[in-house]
Amino acid sequence: MVDKTLELFECGHRACGGCGASSAVRMILKGAGEDTIVVSPTGCLEVFSTPYPETAWKVPWIHSLFENASAVASGIEASLKRQGRKEKVVVIGGDGATVDIGMLCLSGAFERNHDITYICYDNEAYMNTGIQRSGATPFDASTTTSPAGSCSMGNKHQKKDIPAILAAHGAPYVATATMAYPTDLMKKVETAVNTPGACYIQVHAPCCTGWGFDGSKTIEVGKLAVETGLWVNYEMIDGVVKKAKKVKRKPVEDYLSVQKRFRHLFKPQKNDEEIAKVQAIADRNAEKFGIDL
Amino acid sequence: MKQILEGSHAVAEATRLCRPEVIAAYPITPQTHIVEALAQMVADCRLQSEYICVESEFSALSACLGASAAGSRTYSATTSQGLALMFEVCFNVAGMRLPIVMTIANRALSAPLSIWNDQQDSIALRDSGWIQLYAEDNQEALDLHILAYRVCEDHDILLPAFVCFDGFILTHTYEPVDMPTQEEVDAYLPAFNPYQKLDAKDPISFGMYATPDYYLEFRYENQRAMLRTKEAIRKYGALFGEQFGRDYSGLVEGYKLEDAEVAIIAMGSICGTVKDAIDEMRADGKKVGLLKIRCYRPFPDEEIAAALSHIKTVAVLDKNISLGSKGAVALEVKDALYGSSIDVYDYILGLGGRDIRKKDIKAIVDLAEKGSGDMFYGLREELL
Ligand SMILES: Cc1ncc(C[n+]2csc(CCOP(=O)(O)OP(=O)(O)O)c2C)c(N)n1
Ligand code: SF4
Ligand SMILES: [Mg+2]
Repeated sequence: MVDKTLELFECGHRACGGCGASSAVRMILKGAGEDTIVVSPTGCLEVFSTPYPETAWKVPWIHSLFENASAVASGIEASLKRQGRKEKVVVIGGDGATVDIGMLCLSGAFERNHDITYICYDNEAYMNTGIQRSGATPFDASTTTSPAGSCSMGNKHQKKDIPAILAAHGAPYVATATMAYPTDLMKKVETAVNTPGACYIQVHAPCCTGWGFDGSKTIEVGKLAVETGLWVNYEMIDGVVKKAKKVKRKPVEDYLSVQKRFRHLFKPQKNDEEIAKVQAIADRNAEKFGIDL
Repeated sequence: MKQILEGSHAVAEATRLCRPEVIAAYPITPQTHIVEALAQMVADCRLQSEYICVESEFSALSACLGASAAGSRTYSATTSQGLALMFEVCFNVAGMRLPIVMTIANRALSAPLSIWNDQQDSIALRDSGWIQLYAEDNQEALDLHILAYRVCEDHDILLPAFVCFDGFILTHTYEPVDMPTQEEVDAYLPAFNPYQKLDAKDPISFGMYATPDYYLEFRYENQRAMLRTKEAIRKYGALFGEQFGRDYSGLVEGYKLEDAEVAIIAMGSICGTVKDAIDEMRADGKKVGLLKIRCYRPFPDEEIAAALSHIKTVAVLDKNISLGSKGAVALEVKDALYGSSIDVYDYILGLGGRDIRKKDIKAIVDLAEKGSGDMFYGLREELL
């Protein structure tokens, strides 16, 4: 058991007040412990945590590029192995770095099954560069490159299913979590770093700035994603879904209506047809993972 | 011990003798024989190294970056398209001051696709912050790897290096080489002692971002380290000479320059052909010499100016072209000789593996003497 009272991610960094990613990282490090080397790709986290000469990291940390964190982690793991060192290697990267531009390196690292844990903090767009869509942006979300407009309902595509893709690589442990349930997140991180081989966790990390909600509501928004079935918390052991968190489902509207990125579904008038499409995604999730109580 | 080896195998053996702890590479012609040989050495336990079979060159150098930052001596090899794919990582490695050594089996860049030799690939990375050494033959290629690790890992330097040798012309050619023993290399090259490393016992942050208040100074420090590299090469090149009997203290090397009127400047395997052509021209009474550039980065500007002070005419052989300008070597030679009365002519030649023979070298000397240069040499006019 690691000492969860240790604060390995210092306060005083430059994230927006109410940033879901920053609290996720704090919990992730509590779960991983101090014998951890963190690799971060370019993105909000890297920028808000390490403006030279300041750093928020009390564990060794390295940033190289936007798309190569998994390859850098592969090299670190190989080096530690050669040296007989035992530190855990943990990547903490954004969704863009993970599901889009970093896919090649990610796939390679998982195929080679390095003893690393890859954690994606999923704020569902490229936030660092100004809220552009990524492969993890949800259906109908308005971003600066998938804007809602008179002939657009926002992002046309559904989230890329990276957990399934990495499970198909043979990853021994794949999980989803959210910063809104920190105990569950810490437990999953602890499991992942103690499971030999390449493990993956995707963490829902609400972004008040990019999603358009008040910074005091981050946990509420995070919980609503789970309660509506638009985000499912589960674990996959050797490719088989084990525990999926069961919920008494709320309508997706409860989640959508509190975020400006979905405002076009409600204004100038409510678009029931479009909201029904999002509801159908939640219904499919509920069926697939059997989460309905 | 003298051995007859293919160039790639000579380089692979030299790399083994340097004891890299992590190797990450991706196959590409004409580099393949090097990485295959290293993989076999690991499979046979002749080399204790983590060999990462990456899925791309981009990952190869990224993995080396991580391994180097974690405190291991690392090695990679590539060429052409592979090096182009590494472009972003190359700048990153240099900026993070990681002393990675990488072999470049020089090859042309697409399009059109060509697997044959020129030096456009490494030249295109001239601004990336890597030391660039060019070998004339397989012995030099082998030796420069050992020298490169010694120079790069010096705490006053901490820069990465390309050891460049011409694809096919050297990589696939058998030549006798003097292979040092492990004891000899160990005596010359101490175990890697990283200046800083990723270590949970002493956590530091690597690769932070710098605002305009800091960035300029980082680049200045990179440049200063590059310039200090000249002295480090002189020092460790001389030490190499003492220990192995082959002196590499010069960033440039003259051949029959002392009384020459025309000097040819070249890099890599073409220097061998040039030397033979010079011997023949001298027999005909022409006073021609060669100035070989062994170290292209840092650029030996003062060394070139000093070596050529008595020369009237210079012909630079460029196996590259900075499109829209001139050959990259000639551009910098002109800069080094600025203010002198020496005429410098540039010849773009040998691109995509076009063979250069002794008679071509002689023809170029004739052109330079007539004041004709700054041209592509050997164009097939009928194709234009
Ligand atoms: C090769 C490359 N392309 C584009 C960029 C610009 N860029 C930097 S961060 C970023 C988006 C990061 O998105 P994500 O990974 O989701 O992290 P977030 O900022 O949302 O936390 C982009 C596009 C870059 N740094 N490098
Ligand atoms: S933009 Fe979003 S992810 Fe980035 S620091 Fe602000 S809240 Fe966090
Ligand atoms: Mg993001």
